[in-house]
Amino acid sequence: MAGVRPVRAGRRLPLAWTGTIPFFAYVGLFLLLPTGIVVWNSLTDASGKLNLGSIKTLFDPAVRMYFVNSLELSAISAVVGAVFGAVIAYAVASGNPDGLVRRLATAGSGVLAQFGGVTLAFAFNAAIGPTSGFLTKASWYYDFPQGISLIYVYFQVPLMVLVFLPAVDGMKMQWREATENLGGSTWHFWRHVGGPLLAPAFLGSTLLLFANSLSAYATVQAWENQIAYVVPQQISIAITSEVGLASANEAQVLALGMVIVVAVVMVSYTLLQRRTSRWLR
Amino acid sequence: MAAVTPVGAVTPAEVEAPQPRGSMRSSRLRRLNLFRWTVFTLATLFFLLPLFAMVRFSFVGTQPGEYTISAWTQIASYPGLLDAIRITLELAVITVIVELSLLVPTMIWVRLRVQWLSRTIEFLCLLPLTIPAIVLVVGLAPVYRSVRQHVSLSPLQLFWAYVILALPYAYRALAAGLDAIDVRTLAEAARSLGASWFTVMVRVVAPNMWQALLNAMLLTTALVLGEFTIASILLYTNLQVALYQISRATLDAGVLFSTSAASLLFAFLLLLILSYVGRQRGRERR
Amino acid sequence: MRAARAKALTGIVALALVVTGCSSSSGGSSSSSGTDWATTTSAAAGGGMDALVAAAKKEGTLNVIALPPTWANYGAIISAFTAKYGIKVNSANPNGSSQEEVNAVKQQAGTAAAPDVLDIGMSVALANTSLLAPYKVATWNDIPSAQVEPTGLWFQDYGGYMAIGYDSAKFGTISSINDLMGSKFKNAIALNGNPTQANAALNGVMMANLAVGGTLDDIAKGVDFFHQLKQAGNFVPVQATTATVKAGTTPVVFDWDYLNATHGADVPSWKLFIPSNAILGGYYAQAINKQAPHPAAARLWEEFLYSQDPQGGQNLWLQGGARPVEMPAMIANKSIDTAAAAKLPQAAGSAVFMSADQASAASAYLAKNWASAIK
Repeated sequence: MAGVRPVRAGRRLPLAWTGTIPFFAYVGLFLLLPTGIVVWNSLTDASGKLNLGSIKTLFDPAVRMYFVNSLELSAISAVVGAVFGAVIAYAVASGNPDGLVRRLATAGSGVLAQFGGVTLAFAFNAAIGPTSGFLTKASWYYDFPQGISLIYVYFQVPLMVLVFLPAVDGMKMQWREATENLGGSTWHFWRHVGGPLLAPAFLGSTLLLFANSLSAYATVQAWENQIAYVVPQQISIAITSEVGLASANEAQVLALGMVIVVAVVMVSYTLLQRRTSRWLR
Repeated sequence: MAAVTPVGAVTPAEVEAPQPRGSMRSSRLRRLNLFRWTVFTLATLFFLLPLFAMVRFSFVGTQPGEYTISAWTQIASYPGLLDAIRITLELAVITVIVELSLLVPTMIWVRLRVQWLSRTIEFLCLLPLTIPAIVLVVGLAPVYRSVRQHVSLSPLQLFWAYVILALPYAYRALAAGLDAIDVRTLAEAARSLGASWFTVMVRVVAPNMWQALLNAMLLTTALVLGEFTIASILLYTNLQVALYQISRATLDAGVLFSTSAASLLFAFLLLLILSYVGRQRGRERR
Repeated sequence: MRAARAKALTGIVALALVVTGCSSSSGGSSSSSGTDWATTTSAAAGGGMDALVAAAKKEGTLNVIALPPTWANYGAIISAFTAKYGIKVNSANPNGSSQEEVNAVKQQAGTAAAPDVLDIGMSVALANTSLLAPYKVATWNDIPSAQVEPTGLWFQDYGGYMAIGYDSAKFGTISSINDLMGSKFKNAIALNGNPTQANAALNGVMMANLAVGGTLDDIAKGVDFFHQLKQAGNFVPVQATTATVKAGTTPVVFDWDYLNATHGADVPSWKLFIPSNAILGGYYAQAINKQAPHPAAARLWEEFLYSQDPQGGQNLWLQGGARPVEMPAMIANKSIDTAAAAKLPQAAGSAVFMSADQASAASAYLAKNWASAIK
């Protein structure tokens, strides 16, 4: 037949990756380069020589406290958000894929996952603030980590729904029915089929929530701004302090610390994802 | 099915989605529905209560017990706010266009020809979720500065950074869409009929993942509407920065609440409407 | 094939760039003939006020930064300036700190958006003199010599006393700082920011320090005071704004008296308390960016701020509740707005000021101890 071209020309195969150049160029320039700049600046001194002394300051007790606080807040909000988010995701996924509930949940999650900062903190203050709360006046609202964890959960749960829903969708209902037909109960299903299946995706999503919470800044700063609890708040002080405590170097060292923590999280996430993909293909 | 359910009765499952759950026992179904509705009720309560408190606050007047809509009518009177809304909406459009042009061809290409890169792409796309905006900005600021020496940058130039921020969400949505269709077969069929790669992507694959494309658009838009940190550190005034400035300068706490509630409502309705538009288009094609 | 895709991509990116309006830099300033205002150190040296006004009008724009409209009446000042000279004022980042102003100067150096003039705290001014241009306003001699840098790199502009603003309807009258420990102040008391970050907050802690018996050289007692406030549950670390005061979220605020006055603008029972043994004053300073994109407009702005006209900057600051630096001279030559001056909170005694060394010692102590004391 005329007009039929060979689908794969053997000699073109090695160059196929060049089609991804625009993507890598863009990400390289606007994501990797800025991160690299931060890492580089924190490891070198003003004249450009390598100076690893700044890494030592990461172990200062004051700096350690910021990281400990950050990790604590992130862990709590990630775990709580992941559990509730997973439950909601399952409830949504087990319904009509075209139905109104699903749409509302997706639109709502999309909006609420991005809802943060001043408006979220004020909304919570209006709801449960110790002086102006309308539902109740929670005296623990300004305690760390209780008050801020609750606020973080508010955007972590929708984020979990967004990232975990595809995994739940991939778990085919046929497996549920098969278990049933073989005489298994709900508990059986979750213990031997659903659980192990979703576990890697669940843990991976939890790690994502964890990393997301680590980097959140606007919300905690709006919740309270007179004590620096977490690392992003201290980074902001190091950049903007007008009482002589501004230190570009401190900001970069703290940023380096965050990049390291995040790198650990992302590596764990990738390893977990390798296990998920086996089942969901 | 007739053996399970009484003749003539229609279970909720069959009305909604006969295919996946038609073969479940009705007791299982009832428990499932009970579970679902409990979850939805509790979730709705949790998420709506702060929003309700916020909206209620926006109607509170100066004396206790007094209610007024002045906080809402005042919104239009902040001239900077309308400008900021316009800029943010324009930013959203540009970000969506660039985001999809960058991601969709790349992801399709990778699925078809360069699978070994897919892990790397996924990793890179998830990275922005984990790198704090503050770190990103510290590194981006020099880039913006050197460009600003030569060219005056309008706030719309924020899109370069926003495309990065939206990568995790857009990637997820598009990946889910690509997983659902058999890209290989479609592509091979089209190619064997003589289509160019461009045609394959734009006229064959993309229409089949319309829902995912829409999803990606919605998530990107939601992100742009809600972004604060990068805009404020780079000294641009977008919607959230404008809201923040109003909150610091206003005499009236109600205005902060009314503007936030309005912006949330607007984003939510936009997403909801777009999700319906997408579905109808998808339907027609089948 | 790939070419088609690449073309489409480049087309889209190019379209995006065009649409987003990249315009070539309008660059700066210096006129082709006549004075280079960027290096002129006074109006007289540049050919007189008329020449300055003309050059500024030609530039047409002024970039200011970190000037909230409700801070010392800046909203009215900006409007008055624009109304008088027709120069458009771009106000960036109104809630920024002094350090952010300096960051913007460095980050945007060479661009048309860089700040022209700065209103900064003293420690930031002293640390960044290399970025500033010397200039002496027409009323230079009316500024006390202790409050200027001799060549005019910076010159103080307005100040106030640190005060505790509170809603007397809720709390009665406060007569001593130790009243704040009482149980009726639960979740009521706030500073204006983080003392390791914001000048106003640092001075708030120092004022409390002085009130409970500490000295300007040692802020430990002040930190301990706030530690006890937190233990008692009286400290609410949320940013106090006019809106939060009105909503009752922050009914007691440590802030400069001129800011506290605006916080309480809508609360008729709002009162200010300045402890008699802790009258802590603080002044901010004006400075001109050495690389200002609009040097003539920058200098005209300074002349406006230091003009003693009834509608000049000094009186406008006074109407915002702040004490203008030329106040003693203006009282003497009767150009002061006496009605506004009478509204200033009276302090029973003379004010003390932190020196630069005392301020840095205080910050250093706070850097080490604030977070652990207050958590």
